Amino acid sequence: MTLIAIIILPLIASVLCWIAAIGKRVAAPITMVTFLTLLALAVRVAFQVSANGQLVAIPGWIEADSLGTLILLLVTIVGVLACFYSLGYMPRTTHDKGLLYHYYGNLNLFIFSMVAVPVVVGPSVAWLAVEFTTLLSVLLVGFESSREALEAAWKYAMITLTGASIALFGFLILFWGMRQAGGDSYTWAGLQSVAPQMSPVLMKTAFLTILVGFGAKVGLVPLHTWLPDAHSQAPTPVCALLSGVETTAVLYVILRLLPIAHVVLGTGGERWALIFGLFSVGIAAFLLIQVHDYKRLFAFSTVEHMGIILTAAGLGGAAAHYGAMYQIVSHALTKSLCFFAAGTVLMVTGTRDIVSVKGLIRRSPIAGSALLFGGLAIAGAPPFAVFLGEFAILKAGMEQGKYLAVALLACFLVIAFFGILLHINRMVLGRSNVEFSGNRGIPWPCVLTLAFVAIPVMVFGVYVPQPLHQILMRAALIIGG
Amino acid sequence: MTYSTQAATILTQLNALAGAFFLLSTFGMVATRQVQGCLRFFILQSLFLASSAVLLGLHPLSWHLIGVGIINFINKPIIIPWLLRRTISEEVYKRREITQALNIPISLLIALGLTISAYYLAAPLLQVGAGLPALINLPIGVATLLLGAYILTVRREAVPQLLGLLAMENGAFFASIAIAPELHLFVELVVAFDVLIAVFVIGVLTRAIHENIGTTNVGALAALKEE
Repeated sequence: MTLIAIIILPLIASVLCWIAAIGKRVAAPITMVTFLTLLALAVRVAFQVSANGQLVAIPGWIEADSLGTLILLLVTIVGVLACFYSLGYMPRTTHDKGLLYHYYGNLNLFIFSMVAVPVVVGPSVAWLAVEFTTLLSVLLVGFESSREALEAAWKYAMITLTGASIALFGFLILFWGMRQAGGDSYTWAGLQSVAPQMSPVLMKTAFLTILVGFGAKVGLVPLHTWLPDAHSQAPTPVCALLSGVETTAVLYVILRLLPIAHVVLGTGGERWALIFGLFSVGIAAFLLIQVHDYKRLFAFSTVEHMGIILTAAGLGGAAAHYGAMYQIVSHALTKSLCFFAAGTVLMVTGTRDIVSVKGLIRRSPIAGSALLFGGLAIAGAPPFAVFLGEFAILKAGMEQGKYLAVALLACFLVIAFFGILLHINRMVLGRSNVEFSGNRGIPWPCVLTLAFVAIPVMVFGVYVPQPLHQILMRAALIIGG
Repeated sequence: MTYSTQAATILTQLNALAGAFFLLSTFGMVATRQVQGCLRFFILQSLFLASSAVLLGLHPLSWHLIGVGIINFINKPIIIPWLLRRTISEEVYKRREITQALNIPISLLIALGLTISAYYLAAPLLQVGAGLPALINLPIGVATLLLGAYILTVRREAVPQLLGLLAMENGAFFASIAIAPELHLFVELVVAFDVLIAVFVIGVLTRAIHENIGTTNVGALAALKEE
């Protein structure tokens, strides 16, 4: 029941927002209340799942296990934060405030598609949900209707939908493989149970097409080109959702396939994950250095982190999988913090250009320290959560004896670390030499959001609460097969 | 030869014919310059997809596949063109594309190469024991998937790019009616709905680009190029 409510609530809220008479007045409060309710429901699901192992709403269609719950929790948490941030940010930056109810209507739809991905158990329905995450967020990316925003939205739609078509073919091949092996329930569990009889050729084709197709949406390297555009041109709260959780939700679908591929192909699937992951980390680490726009900087860092998580999943073994799960959590929270900080800087300075911003911390201590905090945290400096995750992954890789992969990963991480901090350092410190176009006070919801999200980013770096540890362990077991 | 096997042979041959025309209309999408013409070839392609589904559903009788055929028949040749015309202004359809990245003869040669490689790509899959329909439908589906991606890459106008995307989806479904005929009808319905939403959203986006930037030549948008 709870799971069905989670899917239906944002749809109802979206309809309410779209009715102009209601939406024009109360779209923001409706959305805020909806997202808070979703978070409460997701926490309830988490408790039920940790008590019973899983939660079944409609057998064979809507169920949740630990891995799904983890993604669900992250989506709802970042959703609440992004909505709260929007309350301060959107009225400040939107030209036509009369159209803000469109924004909230779309935001509800976007959240609907993202909470649907982890709770549906059929691969074909999961494909649909992922397709909807693109379709329902394209107009959010182009919301500002500037030349750049529309171009970014177009690229986003075309590249990710092409990827989705390729993945669709993969899912159909997967269905074929399941039927050939004698299975008749097209769910993750059903696939797992017939995996030993499945044809390796079909599984390999399906896995690779889905990895490449959905890889486009996750931001894995050959098809990542849309990501820095879309993730930098969208309104800041949407960037946080796109980078923090949308990519993760799609990666979740790929991770779901790993244990099945493991049974059919041995380590074949993991090897491909490792190759794609390392390639993405490496390319992104070098691309980070040459950016001119600080929102693009964080977008490239998303490509890097998706690569890290996939690499960890590809290393194999319980410890690396635990690291991957931990990294999913720390990346989602830290990246949304980074984008919230970037949005605050944008409000204060009115420019996205890195070179035009200097000595930020003198002009605006809040924006400056938030950006510094976010930059250090996402680069993987020691007391933060990302550091702990990366360290766990490297350590697990060493224990597996995969020295080459670990060495490459470590090398790329160091390059990315310096790449990010080089830019952040220039912006935050030094003598401020430019008049900021709009040196206004930062709206209080934005400050509060930054404070909220900073707490777990720091705390999880030194201490992992027991319930979270439990969920992470179980989720890691699921992708371990 | 019994009546039933004779009927099956004829149906298989008809299906092969539908497949040939399906592939041919995809080539038409590659070759035509007019936006309007591209749309017409897409409608043809969808009609052949629908008829292939119905033909495969007749013997052995499968209401499921016939249902898929009907969904496709209503959705793609009728609703989608209507929706496109509603969302995007008439002027866009009258365009001729002069700025295609590669010229038509070269495009057709590449398309031919892609089709041949599709047969090579599909060959190992077919060895796992595919039925007769899959032998026809799978390679053609893969070829259309590749050709759709090709159209998407070389076309610069918004509507042909969208049609390339839809052609890819048609290709995946052309293969699916042979290899995954038992896919839940609910899923098929939602996928049809999803295609409609895709057309609607991209239509709205195209209109926004047309109104704000004054062109639908999306290939020329380059404000975000990395230097």
